[in-house]
Amino acid sequence: MHIVVCIKQVPDSAQIRVHPVTNTIMRQGVPTIINPYDLFALEAALRLRDEHGGTVTVLTMGPPMAEDSLRKALTFGADRAVLLTDRFFAGSDTLATSFALAQAIAKIGETFGTPDIVFTGKQTIDGDTAQVGPGIAKRQKLLQLTYVSKIAELDLAARRIKVERRAEGGVQVLETRLPVLITMLEGTNEMRRGTMVDALRAARAEIVTWSAKDAGIEDVLKCGLRGSPTVVKRVFAPAARSDKAQMIEIQPATRDTADALVAAIFGGIAGIEGDLVELHQTL
Amino acid sequence: MKKELPEHFKAYKGVWVFVEVERGVVHPVSFELLGEGRKLADQLGVDLAGVVLGPPGEGTKHAVAESFAYGADLVYLMEDALLTDYRNEPFSKGLTDLVNTYKPEILLLGATTLGRDLAGSVATTLLTGLTADCTELAVDADKSLAATRPTFGGSLLCTIYTLNFRPQMATIRPRVMKMPARVEKPVGRVVSHPLAMVEDDIVTKILAFVADRETNKVNLAYADIVVAGGLGLGAVENMQLVKNLAKALGAEYGCSRPIVQKGWMPAERQIGQTGKTIRPRLYIAAGISGAIQHRVGVEGADLIVAINTDKNAPIFDFAHVGLVTDAVRFLPALTEAFSRRLSPHNRDKLAG
Ligand SMILES: Cc1cc2nc3c(=O)[nH]c(=O)nc-3n(C[C@H](O)[C@H](O)[C@H](O)COP(=O)(O)OP(=O)(O)OC[C@H]3O[C@@H](n4cnc5c(N)ncnc54)[C@H](O)[C@@H]3O)c2cc1C
Ligand SMILES: Cc1cc2nc3c(=O)[nH]c(=O)nc-3n(C[C@H](O)[C@H](O)[C@H](O)COP(=O)(O)OP(=O)(O)OC[C@H]3O[C@@H](n4cnc5c(N)ncnc54)[C@H](O)[C@@H]3O)c2cc1C
Repeated sequence: MHIVVCIKQVPDSAQIRVHPVTNTIMRQGVPTIINPYDLFALEAALRLRDEHGGTVTVLTMGPPMAEDSLRKALTFGADRAVLLTDRFFAGSDTLATSFALAQAIAKIGETFGTPDIVFTGKQTIDGDTAQVGPGIAKRQKLLQLTYVSKIAELDLAARRIKVERRAEGGVQVLETRLPVLITMLEGTNEMRRGTMVDALRAARAEIVTWSAKDAGIEDVLKCGLRGSPTVVKRVFAPAARSDKAQMIEIQPATRDTADALVAAIFGGIAGIEGDLVELHQTL
Repeated sequence: MKKELPEHFKAYKGVWVFVEVERGVVHPVSFELLGEGRKLADQLGVDLAGVVLGPPGEGTKHAVAESFAYGADLVYLMEDALLTDYRNEPFSKGLTDLVNTYKPEILLLGATTLGRDLAGSVATTLLTGLTADCTELAVDADKSLAATRPTFGGSLLCTIYTLNFRPQMATIRPRVMKMPARVEKPVGRVVSHPLAMVEDDIVTKILAFVADRETNKVNLAYADIVVAGGLGLGAVENMQLVKNLAKALGAEYGCSRPIVQKGWMPAERQIGQTGKTIRPRLYIAAGISGAIQHRVGVEGADLIVAINTDKNAPIFDFAHVGLVTDAVRFLPALTEAFSRRLSPHNRDKLAG
């Protein structure tokens, strides 16, 4: 069995700061990590491999330094890593990104064997669109299972897979045919700690590095900014509200201040006191 | 970057809202989007259409009628038993066919698990742009859709256009847009279109659906009052203070993201950009700094009360009432004050 896991290197954005004067994002010196959601996909893939045999290939599209994330994935136990990097990819939106990744997956198939399952995370913590998974599926004509919480059964001989999927208001149990694209839900497993052997292997491993051309992409107009139908026109800070908060300073908190706040709240929202009283009687 | 819109896209007219129906019930986000779509359609001087895909029967009929009640001028209807429960294959084929046949300039979907699954497939098939999780939609001077969404990490928003492609697609999260008033109206023009598929064309089969138990349903998004705690509360025990206040108010409780990351509350309680968007009448935030990712999830609240020890905390930039005090000590006092004020016994005394 061959599984491809797509991972994205993202800024550890909790640490991103905005320049106080220019309002631009200051990326310098911001550490990068594997998109946390992708670790659930990677772990799910590794478990399937451990159970059924086969190999796991991790794939990322990004700048050359995205190699760090791939090496990290190898320390967790992935078997092979592919870096798709080219200046043509700069500025890709989700349509252009899924085009490039789908092409790379096709090339991975030709080179290392057709994948039975392609995994992505649910979404990223930077772009946060959750659109790349469905995008790859459509491009590659893979059946699509999003928000998967559990892989219930994989029957390689019959080429069937059964999963549980988070839907609105409940869980769907679905069965479909391989090959599939799965976007894995967060919190569904816990990433293993890599072994010493994997760490040593990862440090020395050769990362397969492909340009657009290497990945068989002929039409670079479908990549990067030019291949992206969405255009970011304006970036701006949210407006401060014109009416400032009514500030109450209390040191220390007392019964009177609490009563005063309750009065302020009831004074601030028409009808809420009556509704609460009514509700209270039914509680 | 901006070119003349290619000739074949000029025929694309009208604003569409995908009306999401689950087991016979319309997801409220669809009504919120009809309200927003109405404004866009009026500005553009075009029709607003609801798009309903579902099985023949009461639920689908109801969804059509409700689309009109919430502002649609017409409804595109695809009725087929294959559309009973959501599956990507028939829904993405159905919606793509409708777009290719009737050519809308704008297509809006709720950013639910269903909407995101469907929108990503349809946009890729149509090779058009899709802006995710928008918080604001507007029509530009040249009639393009300007879709605004929060950008990562920093305290910023960005406005995204799909200039040279049609339709311009966007997803919007539940509760971001205001629920419009429902106005009883007769069912208007309904355009029916067949789903060109049979069950044998669909590979994925639904074996079962396990509905969430009532007790598991956290109704944060649609709660009237929400009380939330943040890292400022300092310890897992103090989450109880938030729950106690919520209980006294008959409210839902929630939290900021770090609380979920610490395992102090489950993920479905998270409020903000990567959690729930709420629009309560009253929101009480205790020990929450008010980062942009939190702010975008709560800004629709009618009254925001913030309790924070730091008088310069960003949350005071958008709260209506700010209390500079230790929430760990103040929350019990506030809970008591509400209980005092609301208890029937005391009210009788006040009245007497
Ligand atoms: C603030 C901001 C807002 C944006 N808004 C939009 C928008 O509204 N519409 C739009 O089309 N584009 C948007 N983009 C661009 C978008 O982020 C990029 O196209 C990006 O390359 C992929 O999208 P994502 O990060 O949202 O991924 P998601 O779709 O959230 O990612 C889902 C999964 O796909 C896989 N994946 C994603 N990217 C890669 C990669 N480079 N390599 C390997 N695997 C990957 C991962 O497994 C990931 O978990 C935005 C970017 C930013 C920074
Ligand atoms: C991609 C991305 C998505 C995110 N999504 C979300 C999201 O959906 N929701 C979300 O909430 N966050 C989200 N975040 C995180 C967000 O950036 C903030 O880090 C987070 O909201 C901060 O949580 P907090 O306010 O609880 O903690 P802090 O920022 O640590 O704030 C604690 C506050 O408590 C105050 N305080 C301390 N002691 C007391 C006391 N005794 N009494 C009262 N106040 C006290 C402090 O002054 C401070 O203001 C996201 C971040 C990223 C990068």
